[in-house]
Amino acid sequence: MRALMLIAPLLVFVLLSFVIPIASMLFRSVENGIVSETLPLTVEALDGWDADGDQLPDEAIYEAFVRDMVVAIEAKKHTRLGSRLNYEETGMSSMFRKSGRALKKLNPDTDGPFKDQLIDIHDGFGELQTWRVIKTHSVEVTNGYFLNAIDMQRTHEGAVSQPEDKQILVKLFIRTMFMSLIITGSCILLAYPISYLLATLPMRVSNLLMILVLLPFWTSLLVRTSAWKVMLQQQGVINDTLVWLGLVSDSARLIIINNQIGTIIAMTHILLPFMILPMYSVMQTIPVTYTRAAKSMGATNWTTFWRIYFPQSIPGIGAGSILVFILSIGYYITPEIVGGTKGVFISNRIAYHISSSLNWGLAAALGTILLGVVLILYWAYDKIVGIDNVKLG
Amino acid sequence: MAALTPISRKPLSLVLPTVAVAGAVAGMFVGASNGSVVLGMLGGAIAMAAVASVYITILKNEQYARWINIIGSGLLGFLFGGLLGGILGLLAGWFFAFFIYWMYEGRYRRKLLPYMTARQVFWHYAFRVICGAIFTFLITPILVVLPLSFNAQDFFTFTPEMLRLDPEGYSLKHYRDFFSNNEWQRSFKNSLIIAPIATVISVSLGTLAAIGLSQSHVPGRRLIMGVLISPMIVPLIISATGMFFFYSDIGRFLEGTLGMNKNFVGYVKVVLAHAVLGIPFVIITVTATLVGFDRSLTRAAANMGAGPVKTFFSIQMPLILPGVISGGLFAFITSFDEVVVILFVGSASQKTLPWQMFTGLREQISPTILAVATILVVFSIALLTTVELLRRRSERLRGLSPA
Repeated sequence: MRALMLIAPLLVFVLLSFVIPIASMLFRSVENGIVSETLPLTVEALDGWDADGDQLPDEAIYEAFVRDMVVAIEAKKHTRLGSRLNYEETGMSSMFRKSGRALKKLNPDTDGPFKDQLIDIHDGFGELQTWRVIKTHSVEVTNGYFLNAIDMQRTHEGAVSQPEDKQILVKLFIRTMFMSLIITGSCILLAYPISYLLATLPMRVSNLLMILVLLPFWTSLLVRTSAWKVMLQQQGVINDTLVWLGLVSDSARLIIINNQIGTIIAMTHILLPFMILPMYSVMQTIPVTYTRAAKSMGATNWTTFWRIYFPQSIPGIGAGSILVFILSIGYYITPEIVGGTKGVFISNRIAYHISSSLNWGLAAALGTILLGVVLILYWAYDKIVGIDNVKLG
Repeated sequence: MAALTPISRKPLSLVLPTVAVAGAVAGMFVGASNGSVVLGMLGGAIAMAAVASVYITILKNEQYARWINIIGSGLLGFLFGGLLGGILGLLAGWFFAFFIYWMYEGRYRRKLLPYMTARQVFWHYAFRVICGAIFTFLITPILVVLPLSFNAQDFFTFTPEMLRLDPEGYSLKHYRDFFSNNEWQRSFKNSLIIAPIATVISVSLGTLAAIGLSQSHVPGRRLIMGVLISPMIVPLIISATGMFFFYSDIGRFLEGTLGMNKNFVGYVKVVLAHAVLGIPFVIITVTATLVGFDRSLTRAAANMGAGPVKTFFSIQMPLILPGVISGGLFAFITSFDEVVVILFVGSASQKTLPWQMFTGLREQISPTILAVATILVVFSIALLTTVELLRRRSERLRGLSPA
């Protein structure tokens, strides 16, 4: 009981300021109250309208729409609704904004009938698609954002694929996974020899060499990213050195920044310590007598390594790989700075939707999918390594 | 083991080709910078083999050979490449003098097991070279930043003056800019306000919870642990997204309904967000310290009439202090280094150092960033040393390793 009381303050704090925010993100990825709140009468009236047919809604619906809009314009909510619907159908935002002034002058009780007046105000009100979009997105809990997140859209005919030129997110997810795999792979390749060396050298020497691993680990992420930006530029240190050495001609400097190569190089460097540390701690526990025994019984170097040493080091590889993979699929800063447009990850897209396009629902849906992937990987990590065995430094 | 292996002189037929290969590699760099790689390689190979055979067959004195080689090659470098060339020449001369005799006297076998075959010996050293290359990859970005921050020009590359080691090419102007520029100073101050407060919150709550978690019967221990560690596992971009939605609502409530100062609310939001991010590190380090904690000490204290609070502060706290401090350092560096969450949660008046660097890197890239980077590297070296010393002290206190 006393134990729980000691834990309680922190648990409450974490629940309040971390778990609830995450939960609110999950909620936001399906929440869609804005249409039915702003246009309650219209939504009700549209209930009876057949979206699959080729008939425009009748006068009653137009009248309900005008009544809703007059209230919404009064409360300045119509532009927000416009931008919400614009995520689904381009042009809706400007239609709502432009027609706002004219609609405001209408008096719902006296100025009817409205159908022709509205179509006069903006052609969009005479198109089937407008009403279909409003009807499709009038539900309070929507799967629309998730469909958008996997390059589909919610229409009156159910879920269909986005047009070809708008399909970028699935590609981006695949790229994120693929590049994270490459980064994990190159981290394994580079970390294995280093960890082996550190684990086999005498303690005094390996502690000294460990500084070379820990120094980058402790250095600010921004410092390392800026170092890579400086090194990878066209006029940067790497290109200058290569040109000076004559390996590359001055006119054919390598393009290693603002593309996938830049992201992979920089992130491999940044995540390498996260691979070395778990590998090293596993390799340290492999008794040297096993390999000696194998050799004394006539195994060659390669056989000894492949049949005796390597299998025992696999837990280290597994732990490091999952750690690096989890970290890299959620990376934002480094791809943003050295990745240009071709080397960015899904997280950059999330940030874009939060700060630039303001399509927060889609950002939340993308975040939820990413969180799902990470949790699955984390569960695997817990099975293989155990949370309690996370070590720092 | 080292003394077991007898060493003997190697025949010239082994030494000369090996030295020639090393000479060719060195010659490749020299040749490349002067126009012809092939010529450089050939020249380097022939020159080094000739020098080696002269030393071994005619001079027959290692001391003399070493000094002749170092000084001669240093002079050559100085004549052709100025001061930097001289320094490189001295280093190359030292290396080749060492390498020639290392090969010739068979010293490379001295520390290896006597029964190793030639191929095993070769792989042993090839492996070392590969590892050296990887270590270079790890450390180069940091080493490149340091000299570049003293660049007198606004370039991100080494200028000819810098390569000549000309004092004209170096200056402290980027450091002066950092210390005089208002933007940088304000962001630095913000970092120094936000990180310590966030650290205090996460350390105090985290230590209490870690002590609670380390008691024997805690219902749902795994679940609680999972929740408490989750800020470390969830990718920052997702935490940032969630917090962005949540804290903007909270902020509106605090400002609008309670009428608090906008600036103050901004700081509160950022500090709370950073405190949460630091908590897992405190929990992990402190629980790790508590694993080796001897329970009979607290029982003994209680036995002698100390209350739980007294026991905690005079018995438990001093023993787990190293763990608490290093957890605190982790929490501090997490907050001090954090940019994703603050980018989403904070507003311009809470701009921290990493944020300023991030905008600098994305928009108007200025070399002041490198000066800041250097300061931060020095800072992280200091932190690394502290953590290591604390770790050793903690192990000694708990009797895990001999002093």
